[in-house]
Amino acid sequence: MPGEEAYGPAVDRSALGLARPPRTASYRGFIFVSFDPAIESLEEYLADARDYVDLVADQSEAGMEITAGTQRYGIRANWKLLCENSIDAYHGAITHARYMRFLSSTGGLSLDSVLDPGGGGHARSLGNGHAVMEYPSPWGRPIAHWVASFGEEKRAELEQIERKLAELHGVERAKRIAHMSRNLLIFPNLVINDIMAITVRSFFPIAPNEMLVSAWNLAPVDEKPDARAMRFDNFLTFLGPGGFATPDDVEALESCQRGFANPEVGWSDISREMNRADPMPTGELQMRTFWRRWNELLTRERSQQRMGVERLTA
Amino acid sequence: MATAGRDTTRAEVEEFLYEEAALLDEWRLEEWLALLTDDIQYSVPSTDTPDGEPDETLFLIADDALRVRSRVDQLLGKTAWAENPRSRTRRMIGNVRIREAEEGQIRAISNFVVHRVRHDRVDTYVGRYEHLLVRENGTFRIRKRRAILDMESLREVGKVSFIL
Repeated sequence: MPGEEAYGPAVDRSALGLARPPRTASYRGFIFVSFDPAIESLEEYLADARDYVDLVADQSEAGMEITAGTQRYGIRANWKLLCENSIDAYHGAITHARYMRFLSSTGGLSLDSVLDPGGGGHARSLGNGHAVMEYPSPWGRPIAHWVASFGEEKRAELEQIERKLAELHGVERAKRIAHMSRNLLIFPNLVINDIMAITVRSFFPIAPNEMLVSAWNLAPVDEKPDARAMRFDNFLTFLGPGGFATPDDVEALESCQRGFANPEVGWSDISREMNRADPMPTGELQMRTFWRRWNELLTRERSQQRMGVERLTA
Repeated sequence: MATAGRDTTRAEVEEFLYEEAALLDEWRLEEWLALLTDDIQYSVPSTDTPDGEPDETLFLIADDALRVRSRVDQLLGKTAWAENPRSRTRRMIGNVRIREAEEGQIRAISNFVVHRVRHDRVDTYVGRYEHLLVRENGTFRIRKRRAILDMESLREVGKVSFIL
C-alpha cells in the first residue's frame, strides 16, 4: 500500500480486500452464492432439485463443461416473469409456432414417446420454491434422442451414447436421461433447461421492469467435435437472443410488462390445473411453487410481526 | 494469383453493400436471399467471443442456408412475434476495406451502425461486417456474412430478431 504511514495503526489491511459473499458452496460442479449468512447447507437448500441437477451432471462420465461464449442480454420485464416462462409448457405451441413449424418441416419433430406413450410428462414442486417439468422430448437431443433431421448416420452414435448411459446408470435411468426433456428452476434465479441442448441461465433484476440475463451452453467434456457442432446447431435454433424461439419469449414478457403498467391489471392468473392430482407441464403448479416461496420469504417477517401485535392486543 | 481482386474496386464493393443494406432495411428479404450462395454461412458471435468459431463456441446466430431461408420465411410470416409488427431499421455502412481477394473471392470488411426502432425505442447495434463475396455475372454473391458486435452485451438492445 503506497504511503501506508499516512494511516494510523488501527487500519487493518486484511479488512480492505474485496468483499466476500457470506456463503458459497458447490453441488456437482455448480457453484452457488448466498447473501444469507444463516442459510441452511446447499444440499438442504436444493432439496429435491438435486435429483434433476444429477440427471444433467450424470450425462457424461468425463464431466460437463460450460463452453466459451455467453449470451448476455437484457429483457425489459420484471425478473419473475422469466421464472414463470422458463418452466412453462402451456405457451409453447403458440409462442413458438414458428420453431415448431421449422422442426416439422425439417424432420426435427418427434411425437412418439419412448417413456410415456400418450402422456405429457409431469410437473413437480421440489421444495424451497424449486420446480421442474419433465416430458417426452418433442425435439431431438444430442444426449440422446434421435430425430430424422440429425441424419441417419447419427442414429447409431446416439444409440451408443444411450447404451453407455445404461452401463453407468441402468437402463431405466438412461432412458429417462436420453428421451425426456426437463426445464428446472432453482429458486430464485437459476434455470437449467435440459431440452434440445442444455442451457444454464441466470438472471438479475436491474430495475423493477428490467433484468439482465446470462445464458451458457453446458456440454460433456469429452463430446466429439461433430457431436458438439450438432449440439450448437440444436441450441441456437431454439435458444438465445437470435434463436427461433427466445426472441418471441422476450417479446411476450415485455408485452406483459407493458400490460402490467395499467393499474386496471390487478392479478396474473396462475390457477391453471389447480384441480389436477397429477400436475402436468401445461399446468401452472411450477409457477405457483415459485410464487408461494417468494411470497413466504417476503411476507414471513411482516406476518410474524402482525401475529405478535395480535397476541399483544389479545 | 487470380486477378479478381485487382479487378475489384472498393466502389464496386461499397455499392453492393449499400444495396444489400437497402434490401434489409426495406424488408425485401426474398431479394436478399437471392444474394446468398447455397453454402452461405450467416453468423453473429456472442459478444464475449467475437473471434470464436460456431462449431466450438456458443454464438447468437450461426445459420446455414436451410436456417437462414427459414429465418426469412418466419420473418415474412405472422408468428415471429418479436418482429410482428416489424422493426424499422436503418443501416449506416462505412470504412469499407478489401482485405483479401483471390480466385474470384473477395473478403470485405466494413463498419456498421444499425438503428432499430420499435415500441418508441431506438436501439443501436454497433460493429463490423465481414463479407466473403464471390464474383458472379458482373456482381457478387455472399458466401459468408459475419456481423461482429462491439457491444459488451445485448443489455440495451435485448435481441437480434431481424437480419442484422
